[in-house]
Amino acid sequence: MESIGDLMGGFAVVLSWQNLLYMVIGIVLGVVIGVLPGLGGANGVAILLPLTFSMSPTSAIILLSCIYWGALFGGAITSILFNIPGEPWSVATTFDGHPMAQKGQAGEALTAAFTSSFVGALFAVIVITLAAPLVASFALQFGPAEKFSVFFLAFCSFVGMGKEPPTKTIAAMMLGFALAAVGTDTVTGQLRLTFGSTELLGGFDFLIAVIGLFGIGEILLTMEEGLSFKGKAAGINPAVVLQTWKELPRYWVTSLRSCLIGCWMGITPAGATPASFMSYGIAKRASKNGDKFGTGEIEGVIAPETAAHAAGTSALLPMLSLGVPGSPTAAVLLGGLLIWGLQPGPLLFVEQKEFVWGLIASMYLGNIVGLVVVLTMVPFFAAILRIPFAIIAPVILVICAIGAYTVHNNSFDVVMMLVFGIAGYFLKKCNYPLAPLVLAIVLGDKAEEAFRQSLLISQGSLGVFWSSGLVATIMSLGLIALFWPFLSNLYGRVLTPALRK
Amino acid sequence: MSNSPDDPDAAGPRQRHVEMGVAAFILILGAITIFGSLKVGIGWGAEGPKSGFFPFWIGLLIVATSGFNFVSAYAKPSRKLFAEWGQIAQVLKIVWPMAIYVAAVPWLGIYVSSAILIIGFMRWLGRYGWPLTLGVGLGLQVVIYVTFEKWFLLSLPKGPLEDLLGL
Repeated sequence: MESIGDLMGGFAVVLSWQNLLYMVIGIVLGVVIGVLPGLGGANGVAILLPLTFSMSPTSAIILLSCIYWGALFGGAITSILFNIPGEPWSVATTFDGHPMAQKGQAGEALTAAFTSSFVGALFAVIVITLAAPLVASFALQFGPAEKFSVFFLAFCSFVGMGKEPPTKTIAAMMLGFALAAVGTDTVTGQLRLTFGSTELLGGFDFLIAVIGLFGIGEILLTMEEGLSFKGKAAGINPAVVLQTWKELPRYWVTSLRSCLIGCWMGITPAGATPASFMSYGIAKRASKNGDKFGTGEIEGVIAPETAAHAAGTSALLPMLSLGVPGSPTAAVLLGGLLIWGLQPGPLLFVEQKEFVWGLIASMYLGNIVGLVVVLTMVPFFAAILRIPFAIIAPVILVICAIGAYTVHNNSFDVVMMLVFGIAGYFLKKCNYPLAPLVLAIVLGDKAEEAFRQSLLISQGSLGVFWSSGLVATIMSLGLIALFWPFLSNLYGRVLTPALRK
Repeated sequence: MSNSPDDPDAAGPRQRHVEMGVAAFILILGAITIFGSLKVGIGWGAEGPKSGFFPFWIGLLIVATSGFNFVSAYAKPSRKLFAEWGQIAQVLKIVWPMAIYVAAVPWLGIYVSSAILIIGFMRWLGRYGWPLTLGVGLGLQVVIYVTFEKWFLLSLPKGPLEDLLGL
């Protein structure tokens, strides 16, 4: 129970007026970011990251992680009131959330969504508190081969669990690795793939990629759809909240199942979006009222929201304990750690105890603050959505451009942001997943380093990845994940007809 | 949204043609990666695998998967539209101003460029009156200046106007 003591230490760090203020600012900004089109968790955090360069790492991570929680909460508001998912993981929330709002139960739907989000996040934070130190101490013994195998498993999971065609996922991911390779080779210090260009000496910064791909790309997509917001009024008052809270415990089975799905999908980097869909689908099949799903069932709001939040939160577990982020936003936070001079990975739990436990403690408090903020401020956030797109769009573009510039104080980065934005528009429209691309840019150097060090130990033999039981198991799991679409297809084609006979 | 991209009468580029284009573009990037890796060496050097070793295989994977994506887009008989011309015009309405904006930032500084972008956009696409347009366009610059330069002490690019004002 050493971790309980550490956690209490973390609360002591967090409970200062300054950090609590950062927490509230972070949550409010996060919800605004989650509500606005073109700004999401990942690029919202990326844009604000340069502002934190001068803060202490603990305050900085509290501010940024609270933006993340806020963005997770914010997605539900637009889904329910406007039938527009502010974030990809809240698409499933529109299925029953918006019909509820149309029936005049917007308050109930919002309360259910926020409370479920809170429950999902809390579950995931408890998992992190208990599991992360164990995973980290286990991972301390990892050599280069084990490290590479963890990266391998993480990237293979994208191929196996994504809904995009596997070859497109691999193409996007490898593009990320190629972009990461540009510039100075971290192992030998040699320049590569710069083709004599001075702008490419430093390589591609993933923050610029995130701001472009997710921010500008999203604006272009919204522009194409010619959005006009037609929302339902947000009526939420204490009576409705209490009434809904009385009702919610009845759905504890759905909640618990969604928590488990969410944590699983968050730790293996499948992410919040598939988690919310999977949870909704399973809830629909398991529920007595399954056939009424889609017409405004409260269970249809609870399931995806719980899972999305559990996944979004638990994505920080591998980020903290292994240095492998489980979502694009977690990847940006990991980039933040590097910038503040912290080395993510298992050593963090030994060398930066105060920072890690401060962050974990802030997750508990941040989600409580978040629940209170969203429940009390819904009308304000809904009003933001009514600002016409012709005003919001150029303002967001300017904010993205400033965010991109401040990363390295370089005007060329603003050009790159636009290039990434246009690329993001085409990739998204052609069904290429962006999350593995971004994660590959972040982790490319580390994965390559681990790979090359492993080969150096084995004198070039790939057998090093099957040299011990642990490495072999992780690599095999990775291969299963990689070929999962193929395997499940084979299973469906060969075995199912055979069983029927 | 008068008609959806699935409407047979609507005109625009076909999804499969765009997908072929995107796959070809990624394939070329993969080929460049292979070429660049070969230049720095993909074999075994004094400190183990040379700098080009890892990106070389990455490049090969890009070329292989993009080749597959290209062929499967080519083989798809679908007539689905990527987007209608009207929708593409909408997207271009934001891409062109953005491109000019990005090019203008090093010369005019970020404040003047941003103000022009916002004011132009609100007048042209939003058709708002001057008071609101100027209010948002100029007001945001003040907010940005105070937040970044005064509060967080981050210097943003400035142009001739800021020199004139002595900021």
